[in-house]
Amino acid sequence: MPKNKAKRGGLLRVLRMLCGFYPVLVPVTVFCILFSAAASAIPAVFIQKVLAVIEAWQETGDWAAASADIFPKIFILAGLYTLSMLAITAQTQLMAYMTQGFLTKTRQRMFDGMQSLPIRFFDTHKHGDIMSYYTNDIDALRELVSQALPSLLQSATVVLCVLGIMLYYSIPMTLVLLLGVAAMLLVSKKVGGGSARFFIRQQTAMGKVEGFAQEMMNGQKVVKVFCHEDAAERDFDAVNTALYDDSRRAHAYANTLGPIIMNIGNILYVIIAVAGGVFLLSGMPNVSLSGLPFSISILVPFLNMTKQFTGNINQFSQQINAIVMGLAGATRIFSLMDEPPEVDDGYVTLVNVTESADGTLCESEKRTGRWAWRHPHSDGSVTYTPLAGDVRLTDVNFAYEKGKDVLHGVTVYAEPGQKVAFVGATGAGKTTITNLINRFYDIADGKVRYDGININKIKKADLRRSLGIVLQDTNLFTGTVMDNIRYGRLDATDAECVKAAKLAGADDFIGRLPKGYETPLVNNGANLSQGQRQLIAIARAAVADPPVMILDEATSSIDTRTEAIVQRGMDKLMEGRTVFVIAHRLSTVRNADVIMVLDHGSIIERGDHRALIAQKGVYYQLYTGAFELE
Amino acid sequence: MWKKLTKCIREYKRATVLTLVFIVGEAVAETLIPFITARLVNQIKAGMEMRQLLLMGLILAGLAVVSLCCGGAAGLTCAKASAGFAKNLRHDLFHSIEGFAFENIDRFSPASLVTRMTTDVNNVQLAYMMIIRTAVRCPLMLIFSVVMAYVMGGVLATAFVVVIPVLTVGLILIGKSALPAFNRVFKKYDRLNESIEENVRGMRVVKGFAREPYEKKKFGAAAMDICKDFTRAERIVALDTPLMQICLYFNMIFVLVVGSRMAITGGGQTVDVGQISAMLTYGFQILMSLMMLAMVYVILTISAESIRRIGEVLSEQPLLTDPDDPIATVENGSVDFDGVSFKYSGTAKKYALSDIDLHIASGETVGIIGGTGTGKTTLLQLILRLYDVTKGCVRVGGVDVRQYGLEPLRSAVAMVLQKNELFSGTVRENLRWGNPDATDDELIEACKLAQAHDFVMSFSDGYDTKIEQGGTNVSGGQKQRLCIARALLKKPKILILDDSTSAVDTKTDACIRAGFKSYIPETTKIIVAQRISSVQDADKIAVMDGGRIVAVGDHETLLRECAIYREIYEQQTSGGETDAEE
Repeated sequence: MPKNKAKRGGLLRVLRMLCGFYPVLVPVTVFCILFSAAASAIPAVFIQKVLAVIEAWQETGDWAAASADIFPKIFILAGLYTLSMLAITAQTQLMAYMTQGFLTKTRQRMFDGMQSLPIRFFDTHKHGDIMSYYTNDIDALRELVSQALPSLLQSATVVLCVLGIMLYYSIPMTLVLLLGVAAMLLVSKKVGGGSARFFIRQQTAMGKVEGFAQEMMNGQKVVKVFCHEDAAERDFDAVNTALYDDSRRAHAYANTLGPIIMNIGNILYVIIAVAGGVFLLSGMPNVSLSGLPFSISILVPFLNMTKQFTGNINQFSQQINAIVMGLAGATRIFSLMDEPPEVDDGYVTLVNVTESADGTLCESEKRTGRWAWRHPHSDGSVTYTPLAGDVRLTDVNFAYEKGKDVLHGVTVYAEPGQKVAFVGATGAGKTTITNLINRFYDIADGKVRYDGININKIKKADLRRSLGIVLQDTNLFTGTVMDNIRYGRLDATDAECVKAAKLAGADDFIGRLPKGYETPLVNNGANLSQGQRQLIAIARAAVADPPVMILDEATSSIDTRTEAIVQRGMDKLMEGRTVFVIAHRLSTVRNADVIMVLDHGSIIERGDHRALIAQKGVYYQLYTGAFELE
Repeated sequence: MWKKLTKCIREYKRATVLTLVFIVGEAVAETLIPFITARLVNQIKAGMEMRQLLLMGLILAGLAVVSLCCGGAAGLTCAKASAGFAKNLRHDLFHSIEGFAFENIDRFSPASLVTRMTTDVNNVQLAYMMIIRTAVRCPLMLIFSVVMAYVMGGVLATAFVVVIPVLTVGLILIGKSALPAFNRVFKKYDRLNESIEENVRGMRVVKGFAREPYEKKKFGAAAMDICKDFTRAERIVALDTPLMQICLYFNMIFVLVVGSRMAITGGGQTVDVGQISAMLTYGFQILMSLMMLAMVYVILTISAESIRRIGEVLSEQPLLTDPDDPIATVENGSVDFDGVSFKYSGTAKKYALSDIDLHIASGETVGIIGGTGTGKTTLLQLILRLYDVTKGCVRVGGVDVRQYGLEPLRSAVAMVLQKNELFSGTVRENLRWGNPDATDDELIEACKLAQAHDFVMSFSDGYDTKIEQGGTNVSGGQKQRLCIARALLKKPKILILDDSTSAVDTKTDACIRAGFKSYIPETTKIIVAQRISSVQDADKIAVMDGGRIVAVGDHETLLRECAIYREIYEQQTSGGETDAEE
C-alpha cells in the first residue's frame, strides 16, 4: 500500500533528522535504552538461581551455608541494578534534552522554510490550517519521539531478552506462551487500530465544533440582534453530539485495550502455571537450551517472565495510537517543509553609493542616503544605476490559476515622483498589479521594469526594500508602538521613528496613548481603532523611506473627517516619490497624476481627474455615483 | 463554580457510578490473582494432585475473566461518562454564552471563548476520565496490595515501609518543582504560537519589507528560550523513572535476601517460593499505583486552569435580563432619549454618551453623522437595549425599553450592525435569520428593496448559493445589502442602519433609501453614515461629537448653522475642485 509506504518513509525521515541533529547522543541513548531494558530482563536468571539455592538448602535449613551461595549472586544482581540505574537516568535525561531540542529545531526549520514560501502559499492555505502544523502536529510528533519510539525500543528489547531466557529454560513452555502472545497481538491490532481510527475522526469532529463555535462567537452580536440564540444552540448541539459519538468510541477502544491485554496476560499466566504444574507432576522431560531439568525454580521465574512479557506487550499496544497520530503529524510537517520556496534568481542588488566629482557612482559600505542598483554583467563588469523609482509595466498578462486571466495587456508607466491611481471594482485587478510590482506573484507574460531593469533580475529582498507598502488589512506585531514603526527600517533611531509618525499624522494620537511610543501592542493592536492602526502602518512605511510606495486602500478605515487631517501628512509622505494608490473613495485619488480605470483586468480609461471627468466615460459615472464600486 | 461544573454530569451519572463499581471489581480481582497464584506455586512445589491443580487454575482463570469484564466494562462506561460530561460542558458553555448581554460579550474575546469550548473542555474531559478511573483504581490497588502483602508475606512486606514513603516524597518533590516550571513554559509556548500566527497573518508585511531574516532571528531566539525552559522542566520530571526503578530494585533485593533466609530457616512454613514471587508482583503493583497517582496529580493541576476558565464563563451572570412583568408588544416606532448618559463600565472615567436628548416620531427618517468614536453606534445600541443606560432613559413606543421583554423589543427593532456577519449556509438560510417562516416571495421582496435581488440572481445557484464562513465569497457591498434584506424580513417597527451602506455605491444607496420611503413608510428609519449623501434627505439629522449631540436639524439648517456638518460636507463634495486648483 502506498499509504503505508509514505508512513514508513515518514518514520525513517524522523529518525534521520533526529540522528542528524544528535549524531553522538542518539546512539548513546539507544545504547542506554538497550542496556537498561536488558538489565530489567536479566533478574529472572538470578531469581531462578536464588530459588534453586532455596530449594537445595530448605531441607537442612542451614542459612549460613546457603548465604555463602546466595550473597555472591545478590551482589552481582545489585551491581547490575546500579549500572542499570545509571543507564536509565542517563537515558531519561538525554531523552528530555533531545526531545525538546529536536522539537525546537524542527519548529525552527518549519518556520524558516515558511518564511521563504511564496505569498501564493499563504493565499491558498487557511491560517488555522497553517497554525495546526505548529500546534497539533508538533504535539503529535512530540509524543512519537519522546514516548512512543523509546518505549517501542525498550519493549522490543525486553521482549527479545525475555524470550531468549525463556528458551534457555524451557522450549515447550515458551511455545505455550507464544500462543497467548499471538492472541494479544491480534487484539492489539484490532482494538488499537480502531482506537486510532476514531481518534482521527474525533479530531475532525473537533474541527467542526471549533469552526462552528468560531463563527458564532464572531457573529455573536448579530445572533443577539436577531434573537437567534435558540436556533444557534440547536445547531451547536448537532455538531456537539457528533463529536461526543466519536470521542466516546475513540476512548472506549483505547480504554478497553489495556484491560484486555492485561487479562489475556493473566489467563496466560494461569495457563503457564497449570501447564508447569502438569509438567512437574507428570515428570515430562524438559527441552531447553540450557539442558536444565524442569523444576519449581524454573517455573517461578518463568511465571514472572510471563508477567514481564505481557506487561511489555501491553505497553507497546498503548503506544499504537501515539504512533499512528505521530506519523500522521510528521507527514504533514514534512509536507510543509517540502513546499517549494519562492524562486529568486535575481542578481541585481541595492547598494549605498557616493557620487564622485566626475559623476560616477562608487559603492559605499556606510549608509549614505543615496542608493543605486548594482548590476553585474556576464563579462564581469559592474554597472551602477541610481535608484530613482521609475516603474514600467508593458503588456503584462497574469493569471492566479491557469486559464483564468486576471490581467490582460496592462501597460503602466510611472515616472519618478508621479502618483498613479488605480480605480475599479473588486476583482478588476488593482491589487494584482501591485502584487506583480513587488513580485509577490510573477507575471505570466510581458515585462516589468524598475529603473530600466527587468525586475526578474533584481534580488527580491532588494526590490521589496525599495518599495514601501501600506495595505488595507493592517498587521501590527506584538511589541511597542515604536517597535512597530521601526519595523520599516530596523536601524532607524527613535527620533527618526517619531518624525515618520509625525509625517503620517500618527504622532498626535500616539502621544495620547498611556505610555506614548512605548505603549505595548498586543493581538494585532487590538487596543487601537482600525484607523489608528492604519496610521501606524503609514508611519512604518514612512520610516523605510523608499522611493516607491504602494498604498492599497491605506486610508479606507479612517473616516473622512480624520482623513482630511491625515491627508496633509500623506501628501507630504508622497512628495518626491513614485506612488501607486488604490482607493475606494474617489476623493483620495483625485489629485493623482494619472488615474487608471480597470475593468476585468484591462485598463479601460487613463488620464488625470479633469481629463477623465471631461471624457464623461466610466470614471465620470463612477464619480457621479452612477456605477457601483466594489 | 464546582457546582456549575458537576451539574454538567447530568445523564452520565449512571455511567460514572458504574465505572466506579467496575473499577472496584477490577481492582479486587487483580489483587487476588497474585494471592491465589502464590498458593498455586507453593502447592505445585509441594506436589499436589492434578485435580486440585486444575481447580486452582480454574479459579484463577475465573478471576482473570472477572477482571477482564470489569476492566473492559469500566473502560466503556468511563469513555461514555467522560465524553458525555464534555458534551454537556460544551453545551452549557454555549448556552451560557448565548445568554450573554453585549457587555458580557465585550469581556471575553471570541478566540478565548472558542478555546474554552475546545481545548479547555478537552483537558477537563481527560481529567475526569483520570479521576473516575485511575484516581479510584490506584488508591484501591495500593491499599489492597499492601494489605495482601502483609497477610501473605508478613515481615517481607516491611520493604514497603521504606519504599512507599521514599517514592511518595520523591514524587511530591519532583511534582512541586516541575509544575511551576511547566506552568511558566506553557504560557511562553502559547505566546510563541501567537507570534507564529502573527507572522502568518502579516506575511505580506514581512515580505513587503523583506524582513524574513529578522523574523527568523526573532523566532529563533524565542524558540531557543522556550527550549531551555522546557528542557529544564522535562528533566526534572524525567527523574520519575529512575526513582521508580530504584524503589523497585530495592524491593526486589530485599525480598530475595530476606525471603530466601526466611524460606530456608523456616523450612517453607511462613514464607516459601510462592510468597517470594507474589511479593515481587505486589511490589510492582504498589509502585505502579503510586506512579499513576502522581500522574493524576499532574493532570489535575494542569486542568485546574482549564476548570477555572470554564467556570468563569459558566458563572458569568447575564447583565441584562427580562423585567419581572415584561411588556410583550411595542406600540409604535417612536424613540425618545431623555437625558441619556452612558459609559461602558462602571469604572470608566469618561462617558461614551452625555446628556443626550433626542426625540424621533414613529415613521420618521433620521440621519446621524459624526466622526469615528463620537458615540453614534453606542447611541443606537441603547435602542435595542443591547446595553442599559447609565443615566436617563430610552423609550421606544413611549415605554422605557427596560420594561419590555428582550425578545419582543428586539423583534420590533431591526439593527444592521456596522460589523456585519453572514454565516455559512445558503443565501436563503442567512436571510431567514430575519424570519424563519418567510416565504420565497417575502425573501425576494426584501432583497429587491435592499437592491440585492439582481446580484443574488446572477449567482449560478441564486438563493441557494452557499455563503462561506464569514461571508468571504461575496463583496463588501453585497454583504451589506444582504444584511439589510435580512433585517427587513423582520418587518420591524424601527430599522437602524449603522453605517451599513458604506461599501455600496451612491446610486444603489439612493435606490435603497427611496425604496424605504415608498415601501415601509410607517417604519422609523435611523441611518448612521459617513457620507452626507446618505442622510441629507432625512427628516432630521443629528450631528454627534465627543459623545454629545451638537446639533439637530435638516440638511439646509445644519449647513447654515453647524460648523462640523459643513466641514464634513465640504470635504466630501468640493474637495476635488480644491485639489484641482492647487
